[in-house]
Amino acid sequence: MKLQEIVDVLKAEVVSSADNMDAEIQTACGSDMMSDVLAFAKTQSVFLTGLMNPQVVRTAEMMDMCAIIFVRGKPVDDMVVALAEQKGISILKTGFTMFTACGMLYERGIRGACERK
Amino acid sequence: MKALTLEYHVPGDDFTRAGEASSKVKNMLKRMGFDSDTIRRVAIAMYEGEINMVIHGGGGNAFVNIYADRVEISLVDHGPGIADVDKAMQEGYSTAPDNVRALGFGAGMGLPNMKKYTDALQVESVVGEGTTLKMTIFAGGK
Repeated sequence: MKLQEIVDVLKAEVVSSADNMDAEIQTACGSDMMSDVLAFAKTQSVFLTGLMNPQVVRTAEMMDMCAIIFVRGKPVDDMVVALAEQKGISILKTGFTMFTACGMLYERGIRGACERK
Repeated sequence: MKALTLEYHVPGDDFTRAGEASSKVKNMLKRMGFDSDTIRRVAIAMYEGEINMVIHGGGGNAFVNIYADRVEISLVDHGPGIADVDKAMQEGYSTAPDNVRALGFGAGMGLPNMKKYTDALQVESVVGEGTTLKMTIFAGGK
């Protein structure tokens, strides 16, 4: 599924685009604990979180993730956007909760980042 | 033969900047042509270490030696030290304060993650004096 389709499915707002809406996404991970993401995510994927601070972007950067999706419609911090732009990571925002957003993506074939080789 | 030595100061009072050194190393390895898996293992291990230095160590210094076949990282802080290294290596064990957990860290996965992604991890810690972490990641290892 292309990143643009994820935007459509989650009725997401593209807060900032790293010009990678054509990126093919197969896996995702959803967590507010950064070390859990660093432990289990293995392949290039998208990162759903409710946590709002620059370390979310750093974590995504270390994992080579192409987009961060903030759930539950939280306003996105300017510092987060600025850092993501610098690192080439797109920032999306959806009104859905973490559970629902993850479920919608799973239903469409996106799998957990540690479940796919 | 030593290829390249990098040194960074990690400030202890600025959580927002934690990870900047790891980011620079990641970009350097990319420019030098290391494979993406090796780069990711270096980036994650060093990033966890950097975060730990900020959370627990009051900041410190990172020394990175990049060779053709491996990356060696030393993280040195003069913080309170680790009282029980074996416990600290257990997944889920954490002494991080609540304000750190609110920032998404302190799950007790830092050192276990560093062990998971490196080919060698050495923890030297003296209570009251500080901690030195030495990590080696071989290109194409693990």
